[in-house]
Amino acid sequence: MAPTVGVVTFPGSLDDRDAARAVRLAGGQVVPLWHKDTHLMGVDAVVLPGGFSYGDYLRCGAIARFSPIMSAVVGAAREGMPVLGICNGFQILCESHLLPGALTRNDSLHFVCRDQALRIESTATAWTSAYVPGQEVVVPLKNGEGGYVADERTLDELEAEGRVVVRYLGANPNGSRRAIAGIANAAGNVVGLMPHPEHAVESLTGPTTDGLGFFTSVLERLVHA
Amino acid sequence: MARVVVDVMLKPEILDPQGQAVLHALGRLGFDGVSAVRQGKRFEIEVDGPADADLAARAEQMAATLLANLVIEDFTVRVEG
Repeated sequence: MAPTVGVVTFPGSLDDRDAARAVRLAGGQVVPLWHKDTHLMGVDAVVLPGGFSYGDYLRCGAIARFSPIMSAVVGAAREGMPVLGICNGFQILCESHLLPGALTRNDSLHFVCRDQALRIESTATAWTSAYVPGQEVVVPLKNGEGGYVADERTLDELEAEGRVVVRYLGANPNGSRRAIAGIANAAGNVVGLMPHPEHAVESLTGPTTDGLGFFTSVLERLVHA
Repeated sequence: MARVVVDVMLKPEILDPQGQAVLHALGRLGFDGVSAVRQGKRFEIEVDGPADADLAARAEQMAATLLANLVIEDFTVRVEG
């Protein structure tokens, strides 16, 4: 049986259907999860999709962090379950302290929406093993609060431990420190990124199919687990 | 009934583009001599019971748990009677 990937829908999630579609196209089986669920229905991995959970009230991801499903996700992530947070999902992972740092308002104050060139810096994560180190990809980026910040010591640690997973190429779109677009936890099972690989999985609707690798990576890993 | 006021501000080292936009707007409106603006959040919380040390401690907890993200923000708590 194909591995199962849970896709969480919060009130205000936008990209849960695209994330589910990306999982299916990569060969996985999708289990829809609801923010009020208290357990993960036995899934093998979880995607926290983009959007504006709980209206982004207070801070992006701050309310979602305390939803019932997140207690289950945090527990499973600490035990090694692969978790991918895209955009709002990345913000939720930072608010949950599964990933260090925080996402702040774009330095331009403008909402950015464009096809973004990225470099895959680390393929040693559950979600990027299908790429080659240094591979350049293009996927959509769309955020108003995507500026990655952390203190210098944390940034140095992330760099030294190879936990910067993807980096922006060209002009920095949102003021992220060291042009960081995505990071991983120390174990490599939890990855968060602002760009949207789930929007680049089919040539009909995406600028490329470069994003598919995030989903094939985790499925490959689960099949051989 | 007691009242707690929590002020949350971005840490000084975190860029505040909103504050900078306000700073520039003030300049355009002719308000001279404004050298810096930082924008923050203020929470006014009403709580049953007395305004005592226990409430101050609980308010600190509320701020540290939810109202502020200590990675990027600082907060101050004031308990009013």
